[in-house]
Amino acid sequence: MTASFGPLANRRLILKGAGLVALIGLGNAVLHASPAFAATNDNKYPEDAFRQKNAGDAIKALYGRDHEASDKIKLDAPEIAENGGVVPVAVTTTLPNVTSIAFIVAENPSALAASYRIPEGTVPAVANRLKMAKTSNVIALVESGGKLYSATKEVKVTVGGCGG
Amino acid sequence: MASSIRVRAILNGDTAEVQTLIQHPMDTGLVKDAKGELIPAHYIQQLTFTHKDKTVFLADWGTAVSKDPYVKFAFKGAAKGDELKVSWVDNKGATDSLTATIQ
Repeated sequence: MTASFGPLANRRLILKGAGLVALIGLGNAVLHASPAFAATNDNKYPEDAFRQKNAGDAIKALYGRDHEASDKIKLDAPEIAENGGVVPVAVTTTLPNVTSIAFIVAENPSALAASYRIPEGTVPAVANRLKMAKTSNVIALVESGGKLYSATKEVKVTVGGCGG
Repeated sequence: MASSIRVRAILNGDTAEVQTLIQHPMDTGLVKDAKGELIPAHYIQQLTFTHKDKTVFLADWGTAVSKDPYVKFAFKGAAKGDELKVSWVDNKGATDSLTATIQ
């Protein structure tokens, strides 16, 4: 029994040490770690990605990689949204091995609207309703086989949905 | 109190089509009330669907999801009568959950 205390105690020490290092390196360590976490299967809420103002920063914070346009993604959104508070947006894709789907509204105060994890066995298609502050590009991102693809559509908004 | 969650899960072959409506204000934190004071942000952050102890769908939401959110998805490997657990947690730590039966 006593033998098993050794490694355990060591592990505690190492964990404590790691915590300290993270604290010391605060800003850098935490910020740079988040894209890597987003790519794994943990269920952590991507707080940092939702805080980003523009589309590029949000995508970087969520996925940590570039995206390319794909004609295998079908983004369904209205040409004109009369009520920016409720804009129906849906995406379907024929891309294989989809692990996540996300929606970006480029001109919103915070660009990232929603991100969905798609485990194996779940159909790579999502429909939801989003708020749009004003006329904007809506970007659907699809993570497939470790790569990131996108489809973009402009939605004209006549009455904004973010109030103010 | 009635649940904030309404779910309809309908089987088509071995694929369950799931539609969900949740009652939630989804306040952005950018809107002012009648007195001109900002309404604090209040929104669902995560919505989880579990079938047979497996997460089949996980939504991460920001403030741009509409009030009383709606979401639709589908997953394979379901059978009639299976249970589907739906739960959410918002940015104030409030939660709600519901177990629906696949029809």
